[in-house]
Order: sequence, then structure tokens, then C-alpha cells
Amino acid sequence: MNPRVLEKVDRVIDKYNKDRGMLIGILQDIQQECQYLPKEALLRLEDRLRVPLPRIYAVATFYKAFSLRPRGKHLIQVCLGTACHVRGAPRILEEVGRKLSIKAGETTEDFNFTLETVNCLGACALGPLMVVDGKYFGKMTPGKVEKILKGYRNE
Amino acid sequence: MVKLVIDGQQVEVEEGLSVLEAAKKIGIEIPTLCYHKALTPYGACRVCTVEIIRKEWSRLSAACTYPVQQGIEVKTNSEKVRKARKLILELLLARCSTVKPIQDLAKKMGVEKIRFPQEDKKCILCGLCVRVCEEVVGASAIGFANRGVERKPTAPFEIQSDACIGCGACAMVCPTGVIKIEDIEDKRKIDRWHTELERAKCKMCGRYFFPQATIDYLKKKGAEKVKNLLELCPDCRRDALIDKLNQVKYESNLVTTT
Amino acid sequence: MGKIKTLKQLEDFQDSLVKKRDPNKLCITVCGGTGCRAYAWEELIRAFEAEIEKQGLKEKIDIRITGCHGFCERGPLVVTHPQRIFYQQVRASDVAEIISETLLNNKVVERLLYIDPVKNEKAIHEDEVNFYRKQQRLIFGNNGKIDPTDITDYIALGGYTGLGKVLTSMSPEQVIEEIIRSGLRGRGGGGFPTGRKWLYCRQAKGDTKYVICNADEGDPGAYMDRSLLEGNPHSVLEGMIIGAYAIGAGEGYVYVRNEYPLAVKHIKIAIEQAEGYGFLGENILDSGFSFSVKINRGGGAFVCGESTALMVSLEGRVGEPRAKHIHTVESGLWERPTNLNNVETWANVPLIIAKGAEWYSKIGTKESKGTKIFSLVGKINNTGLVEVPMGITLREIIYDIGGGIPGGKKFKAVQTGGPSGGCIPESMLDLPVDFEELTKVGSMMGSGGMIVMDEDTCMVDVAKYFLSFLQDESCGKCTSCREGIKQMLQILTRITQGKGKEGDIELLEELSEVVRDTSLCALGQTAPNPVLTTIRYFRNEYEAHIKDKKCPAKVCRDLITYTIDEEKCTGCMRCLKECPQQAIVGERKKPHRILQEKCIKCGICYESCRFDAVKVE
Repeated sequence: MNPRVLEKVDRVIDKYNKDRGMLIGILQDIQQECQYLPKEALLRLEDRLRVPLPRIYAVATFYKAFSLRPRGKHLIQVCLGTACHVRGAPRILEEVGRKLSIKAGETTEDFNFTLETVNCLGACALGPLMVVDGKYFGKMTPGKVEKILKGYRNE
Repeated sequence: MVKLVIDGQQVEVEEGLSVLEAAKKIGIEIPTLCYHKALTPYGACRVCTVEIIRKEWSRLSAACTYPVQQGIEVKTNSEKVRKARKLILELLLARCSTVKPIQDLAKKMGVEKIRFPQEDKKCILCGLCVRVCEEVVGASAIGFANRGVERKPTAPFEIQSDACIGCGACAMVCPTGVIKIEDIEDKRKIDRWHTELERAKCKMCGRYFFPQATIDYLKKKGAEKVKNLLELCPDCRRDALIDKLNQVKYESNLVTTT
Repeated sequence: MGKIKTLKQLEDFQDSLVKKRDPNKLCITVCGGTGCRAYAWEELIRAFEAEIEKQGLKEKIDIRITGCHGFCERGPLVVTHPQRIFYQQVRASDVAEIISETLLNNKVVERLLYIDPVKNEKAIHEDEVNFYRKQQRLIFGNNGKIDPTDITDYIALGGYTGLGKVLTSMSPEQVIEEIIRSGLRGRGGGGFPTGRKWLYCRQAKGDTKYVICNADEGDPGAYMDRSLLEGNPHSVLEGMIIGAYAIGAGEGYVYVRNEYPLAVKHIKIAIEQAEGYGFLGENILDSGFSFSVKINRGGGAFVCGESTALMVSLEGRVGEPRAKHIHTVESGLWERPTNLNNVETWANVPLIIAKGAEWYSKIGTKESKGTKIFSLVGKINNTGLVEVPMGITLREIIYDIGGGIPGGKKFKAVQTGGPSGGCIPESMLDLPVDFEELTKVGSMMGSGGMIVMDEDTCMVDVAKYFLSFLQDESCGKCTSCREGIKQMLQILTRITQGKGKEGDIELLEELSEVVRDTSLCALGQTAPNPVLTTIRYFRNEYEAHIKDKKCPAKVCRDLITYTIDEEKCTGCMRCLKECPQQAIVGERKKPHRILQEKCIKCGICYESCRFDAVKVE
């Protein structure tokens, strides 16, 4: 078990006072700290919260906010909300997937990008929308994709 | 007590019973897949769908989770119900096209052909394995993962669970038979949960029987009193019990005769 | 200012706030809604700050970041005070002029004004803008007047006096009676009479009760709740406190969708400030009533917008709904009586208490009282959030407020109610917005998403889109929803690929009926709606896909072809370079050609052509 991970996890558990009802909040904080949910984190939660592991695992795999695998450095989210869909969002998603050779939900081999879809971010006036690391890129066209990706590639 | 009508028959049952249980009391069998009398009703398979008529409205609902209510009328086999059950079975059969119990039940419901692309899955997601492990055994070794079409029962991380005692209750309740317990020499294997456990050796005859983990678990749960019996295989245990009963009978005979 | 202990103290404080605020002081308000924030907003704010600093005007000019104004299409929105000039699409480069011309010299910067596209008129003030004219912004209107992170702004406008009135002069039963008389119905989609729900919860057995604010807004295309929570969180909070008092709940939860970090931030600040002023906590306003609120974030699951799934999620479990034979008002969170209401529903409460049930019930229709906030999005000119009285027609919303369809395209349908709703065609545009009226035509009010579609939208594709969404979000517990939606989606996918068969429509209808009637929760029960309404009103499109293997709207990839019009092509080689499959051949100054066997119909060539030479058939 990675001691640094355990330290982070213990801190989060203590912050929430070992409250089982806050399991989702606890997992969200751990996800944010570690960029994903390491296996050791779930085992530690089983131990300290006294919740059976299958229940924790069920929560970790049910909700989209969580990832059991490490995510890429940059998170690309393409909005597939109805308004964006009607304005051509699927083509944006395809183009990003094509340029990075990955599908939605996957991470590039060099762990630079993770591609995800979101169902409405609430910025419909800007649709179709693509968000990279929290930065919004609105009125997207497939042609604009590469230019934007370039800015994150060489890091 | 609650009064209701099921298939034209008046019924009076205790509050808290489900429509399924109430029907059983008057001999009406509603088909089920995910129901087990030892477990809390789940309402997943939808096979026990019945028609509930209350005041002016009528709707379909799962009988296993619908509580009996005063004055309702239940139809367990109306045309609407049969049509719904038939399609539900057709959907399940499309998913598990080679599973015999599903084939049989589908046939019974009138499914003649499958109009959907067929798959060869073996699990119908009834949840009986998960529920028996949690509610009756108390081990909570397996649970559901993912959601929607990806949902499946599994041991966390798809590796052997530390909590699994190898009791085999999951296999016993599984309606499709996909959970297989294999006892080979000194090992018990449950492939579906990637589990392999050591079997204990009978203190009397030396044969392998239960997983040691099951015995340890039972001891932990307070079976100390029958500790000696636990360490015997079923045959030797039976012999030991017969001996004990004979002993008791002999002693009680002594008491009556003297 | 410590904790406020009496109604008089609150009123006095309010007076003092109003007196302190000089209505003639120069102020720039910038809309801080997420929509505006996405338009180089940080730079804009910094530009204002820098310019004010540069000109040494820090004491003379205030900058305030307010809640969402709703006109998201034209963001960033800036309003100057006291002139009240309404500027749209403001950029950092406009800042210097706004300050020197408008703020210091009361002159209007013409190019930043909104110009009505039909009448070609310039609107100087917010209420002159056509987008706002037919709206009745009773709930949303305050967004633009307050800084959502400053409780004193809310109090200055009369905030929390409703609470004060309730705690000092009304019994819980009287409050419930008032809400019942107002006719308020749930704004989350169900439309259940709010007052009655509160009554049942109050009557339920148990000493510990909970109130929940459902901010899990999951309908794609709907973001009203988000903007309310971000822009005026105290209105929601005040509603919750009043409701908790009426029901007898001591604890409340705000369950916010994970994808709304700004809303989480603002409601957190609001709770802290309300606690500081004594509107939350022990013995509020000396009434003996105590109430506290916690925030929980969702984990990313649409199904958690369903009340039983939400509650189970609050218990740290997987969001699986349960059958509602036993209502949540009797047994909900931790099996205790729980009253759950939507964000917008809660926000209506302080208004009803302040103005009275009788006033409120005069707005709207016979069965649907008050106003409703809609997110008007899709193929519409004026994208944004609109608040209208119930009873207004869809036509008025789409054309008078929404400004009609962009690009001169023809209207085709408007989708209401999210994935549980349906598509309404042109023939029904004069339908009044009303719970029952929308349900009658096969759709529903829903949470307020209103997605406009035009002639370039394929309705079969829309049905497929919604089913795909629902398949992704289904919890998977019950056979009907999980397997039924899966099969319906497969049929629709085949149809859009040109592999539709005779009998597919009938099979879709058969599946729809069983999924609707036997699913465990409302997700499955309403899943067939988009399919059934599109079949009902756009059957011809389905038939074109199935029989003719054609997509009339030219959307479905496998049924369209991209070709180059040789007459229009100038041979500029642009499309050739952009094509990701190298499927275009040609030489400079000679007409190009698309190799059909390599073409993946991505549409990049169509977009990049400057001469309109790429054709879609």
C-alpha cells in the first residue's frame, strides 16, 4: 500500500468524521486528490468506515464521477446535451476521438488526455461545447478541434 | 387485517404482506425469477407483474413488492398481464438464449420466437446471489458493479474476495445455474467469483468437505457449541448425531424403566 | 452585524442597508452566470478592474458580479448604473469606452446595444429588449440585481422578511394552507401540488423529518436550477427554511449535481452567511425553530434526480430507485418522513409568502399557477433562460421571446420535458404552457428544458439520441427498462443506418407499451415518450428511413452522400487538405471530387468550403 495515498485517504475520512452517509462525498474528494480511485483507497475505506467492500465498489463503479483507472493529465469533455446534439456535437466528439485515437471514456497511451462526454453543462448558448481542464470552448466545429488540442499537446 | 380481491376471490390477510404472498395463500402461483421467500423482495425481474385496480385506475405492478391494500382488486392473469409477461420473457430470452430455465419459462409464457438479436449471457441480474450473501450468510462478499447494460454481480475488482467463505449459497439460489461450485480434492473453486478456497479435512474419516473458511466463519458466528460437529464431514456428522440420539434414547429408557 | 434575533431587527437592518446604498453611485454590473463566464469573462473583469484603477476611480465606481440575466446568447452582459444601459457581447476591448463614455459622461455606446433583428430597433434598457418583454421574471428577475455571494444584497431587496413573517406570525399549518391556496405545483417535472406534499409530510409519523432541495438537474439542455442556485441561492434557502418550519423538519440537504461547481460554491457561501446572520441554526429569530442545511454533491448519475434514488444516494449508496408504494413523505431518507422539492419550487415559496396566495394564484392558468423558468435552447436565435407565466403559448415563447429560428430555417419541433418528454410539432404551437395541456399531447412540462428543432433535425435521430442517453443512465436493476430500452435503441439504430424493416415501428410501439407499464421507476416508465411522440407526429420520417432508406433532414450518416458541385468548385484545395480520410482528389484550380468509398461523412469538407460547393444529399 502506497503510504502517501493512505495519508490522503485518512485525511479525507477524518474530514468527514467517518460518516458512512457521506461515502460519495468522500470518494469525490479522494478522486480529486489522487486523480482517480486507487484500489488501496477503497480497501482503506472498507476498513475505517466499516462498509463492506462490494458496497463501496458498487458506488465507485456506478457513478460517472469516479474512475478506477488513472486519468490523463488533461481532461477533455464534449457536451452531448440535447441542445449541443442538435447543433452537431457528435461530430465534434468524433473528431477529437480521431485526432487522439481514443474513444469516449478512454485515456491516451501517453496519459496526456482523457476524453469524456458530459450530458449538459448548462452553457447551451455556446453549443456545441468542448471543455478542456475546465476551460470552455464554445461554438465548436470539427475544424477547430486540432488547433485547440495543439495547445495542450506539447506540454 | 386487509381485505382484497385476487382473481375474483375475496382474501383477508395480515397487513404488510405483498400481493404475491397473499395470492400464494389462496393457492394462486404467480411466476417469479428474482423472488425468494428467505430474502427481502427485490422487484428486478418484473416477471411477477400483475394488474392492480384501485378505485378508477388500473396499472401494472410487480406483485412481490406491492403491499396489500384495503379494497384493491388484483388480476394475476389478465390479457394485459399476459402480454407484458410474454414480452419480458422474450427480452430475457434474447439476453440468455441458451439458458434452459429461461427457455422453459418463456415457452410457458407463450414466447414462440425471439424478435431481437440473441445473446448468450447466463446471468439475468436477479440479484439473488448478492442478496443471499448479504442478508442470510452475512458475508457480503459480492455485489453489483456498474450500471445499466453493464451491470453485473461480481467480487470487487474481479478478484477473490477476502470475505467469501465458499459456502455456496449463491450457487444454490441462482436460477440459471451459471454459478458453479467445483470441489476438486482439497480445493473448492467458484470460477465466477475467481475464488479458490482450501477445503477442511474431516477429523473422523479424513475426507475433504467444506471450505475451512466456512467453518471458521460459523465458529465466529457463535457456533462454538457445535464445534465438534463442524469439524466432521456430513456423513460422519450424521453418524455422530445418530450415536448421540441413540445415547439419549438409551438414557431416557433407563429413566422410564427405573 | 451579528445574529438577527427579531423581525424588527431584520426590518431595521434592511432599512439601513437601503439607506446606505446610493442609487446614484456609479456601478458596473457584470453577469456572472456560467454562460457569460465562458466568453473570455475573466479578462473582461480584469480589464474593468485595471481601467478603474488606472483612472483612479476606485472610490467612484463599483464593480458587481451578479447572477445570471438569462440572455445567454448575448453574453457577456453588462449593465451600467445608474443609467441602466444594457450592453451585450461585451469584450475586454470595450471596457475603456464603457467607463469613459457611459459611466462618466452618460453617453451610450451604440455598437454594444442589443438590436432587434426584425424591427432593427436598438434597446437601451433591459426591459426594452424583446427577449425580456413578454417574460414575467418574478423568480429570476432578482438575479441581475444582486451579488449572489453577498447576503446583504438579498436582504436589501426584502430577502428573509418572508421568513420573518412566517416565524413570528404564522403557524406551520397556516403556512401549509397558504401554499396550498397558492396552487404551487412542483417545478421539477412531476407537478405535484406542493402544499399537499408538505401537508402529508407534516402528518406523517415521526419526530425527525427532513427537507431536501433537488438540484440534480439532469435533463440535458436544462440549466435553470443551476442559474438560480448560482445567481440567487438565498431565495432557495429561504424557501427551504420556511418549508422546514411548516413540515417540522430540523435538517435539510441540498443535493447538487456534481457538474455544477459554481452552484456548489455559491450555495455553500449562502449557507455560511445565513448561519452568520441567524437565519439558520438554533432558535431562528427567537421562534424556537431550529434548522440546519448540508450540501451533498451528486456522483454523476441522471437517475439520482429521481427522489427515491436521490435519497438512497444521500445514504451513501448506489442510486437505485425503489417502487413508490410507500411514499417518501412517510418514509424517505433514512426511512424518515422526507419532503423533497425542486430548486425552482423552493424559490417560489418566499414570493408566495411575501405577496400572498391570492396574488400568486391570479398568475397562470386554472390548474397551473405562477410562472415557469424554461431553458430555451437549440435552433433558436435568443438562446437563454426565460421566465413566463403559465398559459403563454409555445409560439409566443419561440417567436416573440426566442426570436425565431436562425438562418431563416423552418421550425420543426420543440422538445419539452427532457428524456421523459416529447416532441411537439408546429401544428400545436398555440398550445398554452400548462401541466395538463403538455401531457395531453404526449409530452410533459418536465423541469423546463425547451429544445427547439428545425428542418435540419432528424426526428428519428432525436429519438435515438434520447434512448442512448437513457440507456447510459439507466441503473439497470429492472428487466423492462434495461433490456427494453436496449432493444428499442438497437431498432432505432438500425433504422438510422438504413437497415430498418417493415414492422419496426410496430415493434417499437409494442416495446414502448411494456417498458412504460412495467418499469420500476419513472426513468423507465417515461423512456418511451420521445419515441412515441416522434412516431405520432413524424411517422413520415420513420417511414422514409425504413422504406426509402432516406433521411429527409440529411442527418443520418449512412443515408447521406457528400458530393462536390463541379460548377461551384474553384479548386482551392481547402477541403482536400482538411479531409481526415484523404478522400478528396483534385488539382489546384480544377474541380475536386470526393471518393465515396473513403468518405466517412464527417462533414468537415462541407464546413470548410467557402464557396458552398459541397452538397449533401
